Amino acid sequence: MRISREKLRWLYETMYRIRRFEETMLEQTFRGNAMGVTHPSDGQEAVPTGICAHLTEKDWIGSTHRGHGHCIAKGLDTKAMMAEIMGRYTGQCKGKGGSMHIADFSKGMLGANAIVGASVPLAVGAALTAKYRGNEDQSIGVSFFGDGATSQGVVHESMNLAAIWKLPVIFACENNQYAEATPAWYAVSTDDISARADSYGIPGVQVDGMDVFAVYEAAGQAVERARAGDGPTLLELKTYRYHGHFHADDPKKYRKPDEEEEYAERDCLQNFEKVVIQQQAMTADQLQEIRDEIEQEMQEAVEFALNSPMPPMEELYSDVYVEYSNPLVGLR
Amino acid sequence: MTTAEATTTKTVLSDPGVLVPGPGYDVPGLDVRYRDAFNQTLRDELNHDPDVFIMGEDISGGFDRDTLEPLDAWGGPFAATKGLVQDFGPERIRDAPISEAGFVGAAVGAALTGLRPVVDLMYFDFVTVAYDQLLSNAAKSRYMFGGQTKVPMTLFARSGGGTGHAAQHSESFYSMLAHIPGLKVVVPSDPYTVRGLLAAAIRDDDPVFLVNDKKLINMTGFCPEESFTIPLGKGRYLRHGDDITLIGMSYTSVVCKQAADQLAEEGINAEVVDMLSLSPFDEDIIIESVMKTNRVVIVDEDTPRASMASEFAAVIADKAFDYLDAPVKRVTGPHTPVPYNKGLETAFMPQPEDVVGTVRTMLGV
Repeated sequence: MRISREKLRWLYETMYRIRRFEETMLEQTFRGNAMGVTHPSDGQEAVPTGICAHLTEKDWIGSTHRGHGHCIAKGLDTKAMMAEIMGRYTGQCKGKGGSMHIADFSKGMLGANAIVGASVPLAVGAALTAKYRGNEDQSIGVSFFGDGATSQGVVHESMNLAAIWKLPVIFACENNQYAEATPAWYAVSTDDISARADSYGIPGVQVDGMDVFAVYEAAGQAVERARAGDGPTLLELKTYRYHGHFHADDPKKYRKPDEEEEYAERDCLQNFEKVVIQQQAMTADQLQEIRDEIEQEMQEAVEFALNSPMPPMEELYSDVYVEYSNPLVGLR
Repeated sequence: MTTAEATTTKTVLSDPGVLVPGPGYDVPGLDVRYRDAFNQTLRDELNHDPDVFIMGEDISGGFDRDTLEPLDAWGGPFAATKGLVQDFGPERIRDAPISEAGFVGAAVGAALTGLRPVVDLMYFDFVTVAYDQLLSNAAKSRYMFGGQTKVPMTLFARSGGGTGHAAQHSESFYSMLAHIPGLKVVVPSDPYTVRGLLAAAIRDDDPVFLVNDKKLINMTGFCPEESFTIPLGKGRYLRHGDDITLIGMSYTSVVCKQAADQLAEEGINAEVVDMLSLSPFDEDIIIESVMKTNRVVIVDEDTPRASMASEFAAVIADKAFDYLDAPVKRVTGPHTPVPYNKGLETAFMPQPEDVVGTVRTMLGV
């Protein structure tokens, strides 16, 4: 597998940006600056990074409650993301969506979605639009969802629809092995989710989701297949979240220390650094330079968000409809 | 329209009682069946905008295994999409598996990315299978994403009792949809209004649910030949009167009209308001009529708890309380599922006699 230096840099920069965004966001959450619950994705950075490395702004992604990584990998602005999490008017959704509903339609990001599995048919619908338009711009849909979502009926319905209509869509199952506190070994009937693809007559591939090179390679094949009009692929990306289900959750209550240590040793950033330095593709100085830039970016994001205005009260009533002839206030 | 009768001209706006904002005066039209007016409107809108497509179960009615050609075996549920797949092809008349949450969700995704899907949900009861996609995605996307996007989709399904479809195929729970901020709900009551409201729904940039009561589908009535739209949120008078207001929606507007005709024979002059839209809804027409008649009966085939009938009653209590000479009355289905047995089913549904009896009691005659 050959990856350009430019792409290598992008992979590292994106993973590190996600890592530091999540850590910074958590710190701000604990300081009381976020206005609600946040679901950190640190540990899982290789998955959205390795997949979105193949996408353009014309491609659409659907996301989850744990969506910051997907947003960043799809090119969303981290200042506006931090502002959205802090409920500010300068956020992507004017502070009305928050961490679980960050969206940027100009970047092909269909929105983080807080109903587990509910965004999967949206990516299928985006792929349907692409096919309806004759695949003129070869755009595709990518649906990110977790192991928990594989127990939802609508996820299976979506895979069946995509298979029978041969839609350009990728089902990216981020198997971080826990649905909230419930382990996948308990809740999922198989230890190979990718094998379920067989039942829809589509390819299914199990991938080491801690290794960005493995993700990049598997996603490349799935994207190529989708763009060529050959239909959907199910990728199961085995990964791990370093933090709990949400900011205040202590995963030590339901995960064993040796398991956490094992994944810490397989960390996607450390693994990347080792490989690129060994292969002399990047230098330690270059990596440090990227980290410094991102550090600066995070500081700016926090400052931007903290200094941003709250949404005006009229925002309570706007954006419900394009047009509506009744007042939105209740009977008073 | 598919009827062979000669075109007639009918004065729609000045016709007694038919005062809905519409296509103008002296429009040429025909007496047609509701289902044909519906089908013609789908055809008009498919021609009007290449981004409009229809998706649903059985809408192209099977495929020939050898040629892969669609068979249009049924013409779609209740013949709503009859003949469309032959003219528009299976990409635009997209047959979906029995997968309501999946294809409603896919329609939302298509709407978010630039198309204008029209979804046939077959029976109104199947709404609940797709309810999460409707509530959490279709209705909320625009708001929770801060106005970045819109969801220009239309859904339709068949509601109501009277056809022996029993508990799981006869619901009229309009209020479960009208309750959702971000969703619009319309309830036509004849061929004329289904033509105008379906066209308006498909051209509207918000998600709109159009409910077809099964009892209306084979009814015949006047309908203009040319395509037109009726503004969402506007009701109409079906009959003017001074003694009491009867408020109907969907098929209960027909029930109200029949009740008013019976009452007229007894010398009671009832006004009939046909709501046409349930979200948004025409508060003004309700208040205007109640201020004139001072008495009101709301007729709704839905079960009574937290229903549209209750909502209209609340609006009247809030905004026309001083004009009331009698308590607001609701004639609705009972708080039960819809029974199968014909006698029980008939008793479930509001009948003209129920309305007449309620009016007599209110007027003390």
